[in-house]
Amino acid sequence: MNFWADPIKIIYDWLMLTLTSWGLDGAVANIIADLLGIVLLITAAMVLDIMLVWVERKVVARFQGRLGPNRIGPFGLFQPFPDIIKLIIKEDITPNGADVVVYNIAPILSLGSVIFLWAVVPLASTIYGTDLNVALLYLVAAGALGTLSIIMAGWASNNKYALLGAFRQVAAMISFEIPMVVALLIPTIIAGSLSLKDITASQSGGMWFFLFSPLGAVLFLISAIAELGRSPFDLNEGESEIVSGYHIEYTGMKFGLFYAGELLHAFTFGGFAAVLFFGGWHGPWASQYPLLGAFYFIAKAMFGYWVIMWVKYTVPRIRIDHMLAFNWKFLTPVAFALLIITAVAHSLLKGAGFWPYFLGMFFSNVLLGWVTLEILRATTHKQRLAVETPNPVAHH
Amino acid sequence: MQNPWIYIGLFLLVGIIIPIIPIAFSALIAPRKPNPIKQSTYECGIETVGESWVQFKAQYYIFALVFLIFDVETVFLFPWALALNALPFFAVLEGILFILILMAGLSFAWRKGMLEWV
Amino acid sequence: MDASQVIFILSAALIIASALMVVSTRNLIHAALWLIATLFGVAILYAVLEAGFLAVVQVVVYIGAIAIMFIFAVMLTRKEMRDQGPQVNSTWPLSAILSLLTFGGLFVILSKWDGLWKLPQAIPDGSQDTLTRLGVALTSPEAFVLPFEVASVLLLAALIGSVYVAMNKK
Repeated sequence: MNFWADPIKIIYDWLMLTLTSWGLDGAVANIIADLLGIVLLITAAMVLDIMLVWVERKVVARFQGRLGPNRIGPFGLFQPFPDIIKLIIKEDITPNGADVVVYNIAPILSLGSVIFLWAVVPLASTIYGTDLNVALLYLVAAGALGTLSIIMAGWASNNKYALLGAFRQVAAMISFEIPMVVALLIPTIIAGSLSLKDITASQSGGMWFFLFSPLGAVLFLISAIAELGRSPFDLNEGESEIVSGYHIEYTGMKFGLFYAGELLHAFTFGGFAAVLFFGGWHGPWASQYPLLGAFYFIAKAMFGYWVIMWVKYTVPRIRIDHMLAFNWKFLTPVAFALLIITAVAHSLLKGAGFWPYFLGMFFSNVLLGWVTLEILRATTHKQRLAVETPNPVAHH
Repeated sequence: MQNPWIYIGLFLLVGIIIPIIPIAFSALIAPRKPNPIKQSTYECGIETVGESWVQFKAQYYIFALVFLIFDVETVFLFPWALALNALPFFAVLEGILFILILMAGLSFAWRKGMLEWV
Repeated sequence: MDASQVIFILSAALIIASALMVVSTRNLIHAALWLIATLFGVAILYAVLEAGFLAVVQVVVYIGAIAIMFIFAVMLTRKEMRDQGPQVNSTWPLSAILSLLTFGGLFVILSKWDGLWKLPQAIPDGSQDTLTRLGVALTSPEAFVLPFEVASVLLLAALIGSVYVAMNKK
């Protein structure tokens, strides 16, 4: 039973004991134990990534009323393996005039920037990479590296369409980072810390943050979907529009890294939504049995990923100018208004006990949502009148 | 308690090395038969027309500028958000003033048509 | 030799080498990418000094916004991405000697300061962790609230200036 209560610490202590008994210095043993843990975590993330290929194809099939892969293995479960084998044995074609070093670094950095995110995600109360006290900003920083990899890919391909797609994608991604960072500020205010472990810990007892700030959760979801470059915000990557944008000149496993990186990124954002707004690893008996907490976390992250896929396969693509107008003229003001309201409500009510706090925050969110909808209705009413009013000099 | 950044540093190293493994593996076993037609850049199935670096619109740069201003603003807001728990109510008013000044800037840019993708 | 000294020397070497490549490479986009390597090296230095917040802010703002803006700006210029002509001008021996003399002079002045040979002191542990203390310092009236608000006015000025410059050209 002791093992189940705190598995990682027990394994770590055993490892340190073994390594120091082999005569290694304490600090070096620490580093080796860390390295083993890191390799394990990253390998687990990559295996999860491979499973996500199957999940994505099955879910898109069911949304579109067809069956999806069902030949290889039961329910098509082994489908990712032929996919990977196919990608590995494909020829790697480097286009003419491409900048070889940058061309090769881009897919590695793209997948790498997603893997970096797993260092701070708390899978359970005692299973996590490290407790960084600036974990939320670390998320944004890893996203910045991903944005960089897209520009590198687009430029190094020596292809007009790749460059154009990369530019538009990066313009969209950096624009939507503002509402996303403001949405990240909301759990910071409520929990009082930037550390993901603290934010998860303060959601104990069923006080999940999306109850306190549903509008914040919705805002985070929308800007996260735009950050991922997934539909409906994937004009720059849509296969029918700009022929895959910055992916055009990538073949074989390099394309595989981009694709796998995108899927893992979507799942990781589902994980962040779970950690920040849906209680992370909390659930029945999760505090005593961390592995159960990890299971709850993965389940919640899978649910978040499913919601992201649901949006992708339901809503049509949005044009780039509509996307940017939506961000700068709607999401950013709403995000900052939400931040102001959350800060005011939190400061006024933080000492008042659970029920006043919860009702105050929840209803302030509802109020802001209602006011936003009213303003939108008034604006569109004006626009509709301008369009529908008959022209006095029509036809005679 | 060791510096958590050591762990992050190791994570970055391993996280860069692990994606290299499939690429290296693929470089070993994939065929390699370059010919000029395969390596020409893709342009909807026809020959490329014109230089590959066309003149881009200034609008990209303008959006990057506006993003930079708001990015720095949100970075300032992070310590403020943490301090809300430790300070009385006037800290909220200071933060609201900060946000409102920049919202004024956003509405100015909006009115001047800088947020249009023309 | 301490581990942090090794990391410092490695990241300092990265910064200096990348900075040299920024000014000497012929391709403009490569210069921007080397600049990103330099900024990342500075972020590593911040992390070694346990200023975690500054390290991530460096990556978010410098690499995620400013470097991307540089790349956009380079793309917007003429399509000639490569420098023409020689990389150094005719007076380069004189400027090399002057810069070496400046470096030597600075080193002599700094070596007379005994703080150069000591490790930086750890921030004394207060009742709150350093991030909260930074926040309190930025917003409490006895500390830096006025620079905090003036910073927003500065950003507003930058925004208005860029709107003015951009809109006039249109």
